[in-house]
Amino acid sequence: MIYRETGQFRTSYAADQAIFRLRQDRIGIALVLLFAWVGVPLLADDYLLRAILVPFLILAVGAIGLNLLLGYCGQISLGTGAFMAIGAYAAYNLALRLPGLPLLLDFLLAGLVAAAVGVLFGIPSLRIKGLYLAVATLAAQFFVDWMFARIGWFTNYTPSGSVTAPPLDLFGWLIDTPLEKYWLCLAFACLTAIVAKNLVRSRIGRSWMAIRDMDIAAEIIGIRPMTAKLSAFAVSSFVAGVAGVLWAFVHLGSWEPLAFSIDMSFRLLFMVIIGGMGSILGSFLGAAFITILPIFLNQAPALIGIELSTAMVSHLEFMIFGALIVLFLIVEPHGLARLWQIGKEKLRLWPFPY
Amino acid sequence: MLATAPAATAPTTQRRRAIGEVLLAVEGISLRFGGVRALTDVSFDIRKGEIRAIIGPNGAGKSSMLNVINGFYHPQEGRIVWKGRARPRMRPHEAAKGGIARTFQNIALFKGMSTLDNIMTGRILKMRASFLEQAFWIGRGRSEELAERAFVERIIDFLEIQHIRQVPVGKLPYGLQKRVELARALAMEPELLLLDEPMAGMNLEEKEDMCRFILDVNEEFGTTVALIEHDMGVVMDISDRVVVLDHGRLLADGTPAEVRDDPAVIAAYLGVAHG
Amino acid sequence: MAELGPFLEVLLGGLMSGVLYSLVALGFVLIFKASGVFNFAQGAMVLFAALALVRLDEWMPLPLALVLAMAIMVAVAFAIERLVLRPLVGQHGLILFMATIGVTFFLDGFGQTVWGSNVYQLELGIPSTPWFLLEGLFPGGILVSPVDVFATVIAGSLVLALSVFFHGTRIGRALRAVADDHQAAQSVGIPLNQIWLIVWSTAGIVALVAGMAWGSKLGVQFSLSLVALKALPVLILGGLTSIPGAIVGGLLVGAGEKLAELYLGPLVGGGIEYWFAYVLALAVLLVRPQGLFGERIIERV
Repeated sequence: MIYRETGQFRTSYAADQAIFRLRQDRIGIALVLLFAWVGVPLLADDYLLRAILVPFLILAVGAIGLNLLLGYCGQISLGTGAFMAIGAYAAYNLALRLPGLPLLLDFLLAGLVAAAVGVLFGIPSLRIKGLYLAVATLAAQFFVDWMFARIGWFTNYTPSGSVTAPPLDLFGWLIDTPLEKYWLCLAFACLTAIVAKNLVRSRIGRSWMAIRDMDIAAEIIGIRPMTAKLSAFAVSSFVAGVAGVLWAFVHLGSWEPLAFSIDMSFRLLFMVIIGGMGSILGSFLGAAFITILPIFLNQAPALIGIELSTAMVSHLEFMIFGALIVLFLIVEPHGLARLWQIGKEKLRLWPFPY
Repeated sequence: MLATAPAATAPTTQRRRAIGEVLLAVEGISLRFGGVRALTDVSFDIRKGEIRAIIGPNGAGKSSMLNVINGFYHPQEGRIVWKGRARPRMRPHEAAKGGIARTFQNIALFKGMSTLDNIMTGRILKMRASFLEQAFWIGRGRSEELAERAFVERIIDFLEIQHIRQVPVGKLPYGLQKRVELARALAMEPELLLLDEPMAGMNLEEKEDMCRFILDVNEEFGTTVALIEHDMGVVMDISDRVVVLDHGRLLADGTPAEVRDDPAVIAAYLGVAHG
Repeated sequence: MAELGPFLEVLLGGLMSGVLYSLVALGFVLIFKASGVFNFAQGAMVLFAALALVRLDEWMPLPLALVLAMAIMVAVAFAIERLVLRPLVGQHGLILFMATIGVTFFLDGFGQTVWGSNVYQLELGIPSTPWFLLEGLFPGGILVSPVDVFATVIAGSLVLALSVFFHGTRIGRALRAVADDHQAAQSVGIPLNQIWLIVWSTAGIVALVAGMAWGSKLGVQFSLSLVALKALPVLILGGLTSIPGAIVGGLLVGAGEKLAELYLGPLVGGGIEYWFAYVLALAVLLVRPQGLFGERIIERV
């Protein structure tokens, strides 16, 4: 009853092109944003903010990055972790060697560095497809892993291999409480979501999707596969790079190269698959799922009286991830986002089933 | 074998569209795939404003010919003259920019996108907004989207597909998919429209509609059309000139009436029972 | 002459580990040839098989453990084919690939849940004292580990057997038909499901042998599944559909990375083995997008 479209006529193309076409959707998103910016700070404790919400938001940003490349442009990448690492180390070195620059500029430049490297590793995608491309991106992942571990300049020759981020000083405002960190990440998440959504409904997004669906047909429209694919790699790597900086500076504080290993790449891949490929909302849903599941697995057995070792929990995690991936791919390849859409469709008809 | 001709459209003798000078010419085109000869020394031209049919038995090389014009296949010999400029081969991107659009036998739509988005991709070459304008939905990023949407809506009206705007094309029936593909090609505002069996698999009513659309496109927008078609009734009725291919060679080239009466064509293609 | 000594030693060692890579790659090729699926889970299958063998060996004599492990791998193959592949028949290759990534994680967790996650030593009764070959020619001789030799012999025999199987027998021919065109094969009466079962079971057994070979060399532990990741460059070099390609690719990668570590390693601080194979594969792909032995696909529009 509530979720009805009747009476809402879109009388201009502008209204039809809007991101949230239905008034109910607009109210919904307004409520969500209100809750995120105001409600959560009032309700959440430091642990929730620090250990769950901040990583969730940063991983959502990373997932959006991968989704743009994989879900919208159809280019498989198993090396997203590497681009996050590039962003993190680039920002670290910028902050270290050019201390005069404002921190946000470091973030931006780090993203650009990641984008440039992304373009470099995207060049093979012009000739290589599908599985072979996956292997090429793994090459990037392993090479970058090794590079930051072995080439001392990147880590300022620290003996332990681990580096520490500078204090988060945003034009005089020092970000050091969990709440402030949460707001910072929330801001980035919102900005990334808006920009990503704009891109996918514009010319560039359509060219990506055309390449994904049928690159031969895309060529006859005048789309240059090179431009489309490389732009996808560039944007995706930029976003991943920024996510990497956030992960290192805001979430971890101190990190070593292993923080961005292939595990991270796979984690992001799972988020995109489970959340929904080709969906910005899906990136958030997937990130939420992957962030919450380990915690759930940690707490749930205790709640029902079963004792599990941490190793066992980790094994269970693997098993459940794996099973869920297969399940989603069989049942709903478009992930949680599609399930959400189906739910909304049902709501529109409710209480009438047809 | 001659199917019932769609009667709804004006016969060719009464068409007002003037036929101009040569828009595209292929000269001595030979195409081989390894040992298979797809085309051998084929030459013909297409004049501005006309509807040119390319016919021939299966495997005659018709689709290959379109692919050569389009730039997908590169001929081993021969050249393509497009708008007066000769070149040994075309590239798909050049063809698109130069004003050539096409549809495919097996439908090359973007299955993951809606009808509207598919047609909008046809406008990509006309859109100039910079990356940042798109990212923040400002300036040309916004205005172009709305302007192109308006343009595409006119095509949607023209082809009567308003009701399926938001439907993902993968879910559409075959006949409508073909229409959407045509719409996407039209969105490119092409000078030359290459249609590969635009009416394959359609029932009589759909064929009539498609014929009407093709004729309207030719008359209202002056678009030159080259189409591969098996339905002889359609060919006789709407085309100005016909090219007949057989086993990769040019068999005949002339008006529909000339081609229909050509004994070589009859022997190779139409069969003995005719008339 | 003195420099040749270490070179030969490293080369030999590299070639032998190359044979083992080939073995893992073979499992991939089998499945890909027959069903067009790239089975990312092959590495996890190797680990699972090795774990099963090692643990069973603790309770029963080795030959019995071997037979039981084989049966288990066939059961695993059956389950994968039934639960994962059949529902996804006809889907885009990328989807199937990601499904096998899911299977990998599942097998990983499941294997360690059932068999335990410690490092286990696989005792196959092979003497562990190294042999020294050609002591007359090179001072100290060339160090060769009997375990390596054993693994090489096993792997080599299996590869030979599989090649004969594929090209010589009726079932092998059927498998090749299936790889070429599912529908055409079905229409001549080849039972697709049975074929896939055979193929996956074979891949499972190959995984077992690979697990045995690697396990006796490295000990059976989690990092075995990382071996699968190493097999990817092998497949790139060898092409996904070629058995000889898998062999050559494995040898190239095995020898290549050890030699690169020996000669290039000191220049850049070591650890080259980590990425050498991948970068090599990438370089090859840039020149030949279908790999060294793969087939060029002409897309017809």
